[in-house]
Amino acid sequence: MRRLLSYPLLALCFLLLWLLLQQSVSPGAILLGAVLAAAGSGMLAVLMLPKGRLGRLRLVPGLLRDVLVEIVRSNNAVARIILQPREPGARRSGFVHIPLDMRNPYGLSALACILTATPGTVWVDYDARGGTMLMHVLDMVDEETWVRTIKQKWERPLMEIFE
Amino acid sequence: MTGGASVPLWAALPVALLVLLGAALGLTGSIGLLRLRGFYERLHAPTLATTLGIGSILLASMLFFSVAQTRPVVHEVLITVFVVITTPVTLMLLARAALHRDRTEGSPGVPPPLAPAPDGDAGI
Amino acid sequence: MSAVVLGWSLLAAQLMLALAMGCATLRVLLGPRAQDRVLALDTLYVNAAMLLLVFGIRTGTTHYFEAALLITLLGFVATAALSKFLMRGEVIE
Repeated sequence: MRRLLSYPLLALCFLLLWLLLQQSVSPGAILLGAVLAAAGSGMLAVLMLPKGRLGRLRLVPGLLRDVLVEIVRSNNAVARIILQPREPGARRSGFVHIPLDMRNPYGLSALACILTATPGTVWVDYDARGGTMLMHVLDMVDEETWVRTIKQKWERPLMEIFE
Repeated sequence: MTGGASVPLWAALPVALLVLLGAALGLTGSIGLLRLRGFYERLHAPTLATTLGIGSILLASMLFFSVAQTRPVVHEVLITVFVVITTPVTLMLLARAALHRDRTEGSPGVPPPLAPAPDGDAGI
Repeated sequence: MSAVVLGWSLLAAQLMLALAMGCATLRVLLGPRAQDRVLALDTLYVNAAMLLLVFGIRTGTTHYFEAALLITLLGFVATAALSKFLMRGEVIE
């Protein structure tokens, strides 16, 4: 039983997804969903994922709101870049190296997902020994600005949430 | 073609606007796929469709069916969850694959490997 | 009134998404490299899912939802497998 429910949060997510797919909250759907959720999360126990620890959860809603606002803002920015007439040399894209202080794997993957989900930035590579992250930026104004923005805007709240 | 008649105007207008916004973003992303130069620039184009584009169409669909069937229809959340989880993964995988190919071919304009020896992923 | 508004805007959205799929298909054909084609294929999948959702609103049935869900899932698996192949295939060459 302990092995079956080693990831209670994940099992709960599975159950919610199942209920959404079934579009019902009848006892039968909940029972079948619970069995499937237990089996699914139990199967993931074989992977032996590193145990994550959540710190200050009350920062999560604010972070989600920030991500949403940033997605809307950068959608607009990237759409403008795509639709504007092409001027040679006006805009330059490129790779940026960013030194990170965060070491928690879950925090890093959250950062990777946030950066890649916002248009205009893509997480490309990470070096675990040096703690350096490589990303590609569509509109690179200034390398320093990008480093500062990412460290202040995303890394700090993620470190507080995951560490 | 029967769907439109069963929805009052106050719901039809936001649905129409959201659908148009989503489709326009999808179109913009695909135009960017054609217009931007180089693979790494093109990598940014589809994120328009996969974030706000599909998001607003899903919102429109939720709103439309909830009003038309007079009960909350929220199973579109499933697609949102799947898209949110899967898009960064595919884009990162593609970027890493392209970088790996460019490095082994020695293409110009590609940064050198961060670490001297090949090491594992950061749990991604 | 609402039928007119919805009818025209949904038609316009369908046309735009069809054009988007055309652009993505053009990029699949143009290439020039394998990763460009895979990226364009991924975009094609997302556009197809959006088009199916718009079809669903237009016809008023939720059956298209399942198809859109399947397309997003298949698109993810296909793109992940193809990018893994791009990475590994190079090693063998």
